[in-house]
Amino acid sequence: MSEIFSVFLLILLVTTAAAAIRTPNLFAAVMLMGIFSLLIAINFFLLDAADVALTEAAVGAGISTVLFLSALAFMDEYERARATRRLAPLGAVCVAGLLMGYASLYEPAFGDPSAPANSHLAPWFLEKTQTAVDIPNVITAILGSFRGYDTLGEVFVVFTAGIGVLFLLDAPKSDGLLTRDEGLRHYLIPRMVGRLLIPFILLYGLYVQFHGEYGPGGGFQAGALIAAAVILFTLLEGQDQSLRVLPQKVLTGFMVSGALLYASVGLVGMLKGGTFLDYNVLSSDPVSGQQIGIILIEAGVGLTVTGVLLSIFHAFVARGRGRSS
Amino acid sequence: MFDIAVQVISWVLMLSGSVFVVIGGIGALRMPDLYTRMHAASITDSLAPILIIGGLLLQSGFTLFSVKLVSILIFLLMSGPTASNALASAAMLSGYKTPEEERES
Repeated sequence: MSEIFSVFLLILLVTTAAAAIRTPNLFAAVMLMGIFSLLIAINFFLLDAADVALTEAAVGAGISTVLFLSALAFMDEYERARATRRLAPLGAVCVAGLLMGYASLYEPAFGDPSAPANSHLAPWFLEKTQTAVDIPNVITAILGSFRGYDTLGEVFVVFTAGIGVLFLLDAPKSDGLLTRDEGLRHYLIPRMVGRLLIPFILLYGLYVQFHGEYGPGGGFQAGALIAAAVILFTLLEGQDQSLRVLPQKVLTGFMVSGALLYASVGLVGMLKGGTFLDYNVLSSDPVSGQQIGIILIEAGVGLTVTGVLLSIFHAFVARGRGRSS
Repeated sequence: MFDIAVQVISWVLMLSGSVFVVIGGIGALRMPDLYTRMHAASITDSLAPILIIGGLLLQSGFTLFSVKLVSILIFLLMSGPTASNALASAAMLSGYKTPEEERES
């Protein structure tokens, strides 16, 4: 049954991707990319990767669609027609696709217990999570503790991306903008329902943040959800009001302090006599030390992701509004 | 006996909800202009989730799942019509004209 559903989903995925490439209307392409992300999130969920599915749904279908739309606000809606037909890239893509299809013939079957992915490190992770970290969600233990270096790197990638966008587009300032952004303040129904939903979205974001040790979730997903709540507020009340509530300085502070919090957890571990990002020494009991470490670094991840996503969003919106100087 | 009755009612609810989703999909493709298409498509986010989640609620009984299902239903019932409202008013403000209005003017 789930195979039929998977095949159906994959056909839909290919169709949406083709439609997104073919359409000359950029707005339609953005919407199709959102649908694509949602479909691939369902696919991840069918493969039992709930954490990845949650990230893909929140970031891919939610935030990146909003970012694309805010970028589209100062662009033409239609793609310019190309004079040349690019046959060489098409050939390269087709050859690469055929090679990958050929390689997948030799892949072990899905869920095969003797496959290298399932017999090499996975048993060690499953066993160690129980004894060393003692939290139910193995994914969080791997991301936060066993592979903490990778996640630290990811946080700094997000942080660098945020700084890069702010350098290119300028941080938004409320003064000097040509237009006043009132959002949907004059549209009663969206405004009322949106205001009713925002607290619940924030609450759900915090739940995903602090429940990441027990269920799917963690800092990345929570950051995206909290950013989504603030973006909804911005759409309803306008950018001026949103920047009054959460000024750019605070958002930049979120970006910096999250990355710093993560790195300093590692340094505290070194000062207490362990190695970098070794949480065992954070508490007298190694297991609770691991749990403290994971909670702290997840909070750092959440802060950085929220700050970066909102800074990028505000920068795009401010640019779309134009500037007097 | 009671179990069988609950199962039958739940499947009837879920299947009829699915039928409404299909009807909404057909309507969104076949209707002549934006407003009538939205009218058809809005079945999929108002009536269909009530039926489908109602069926799923009968399957789950009184558990944590049913609380989650009810909160999803409340979210859908609030956000769906609001999104339709926002879409329709955005279409009207941007000067969208139905084919009929185009012919008249």
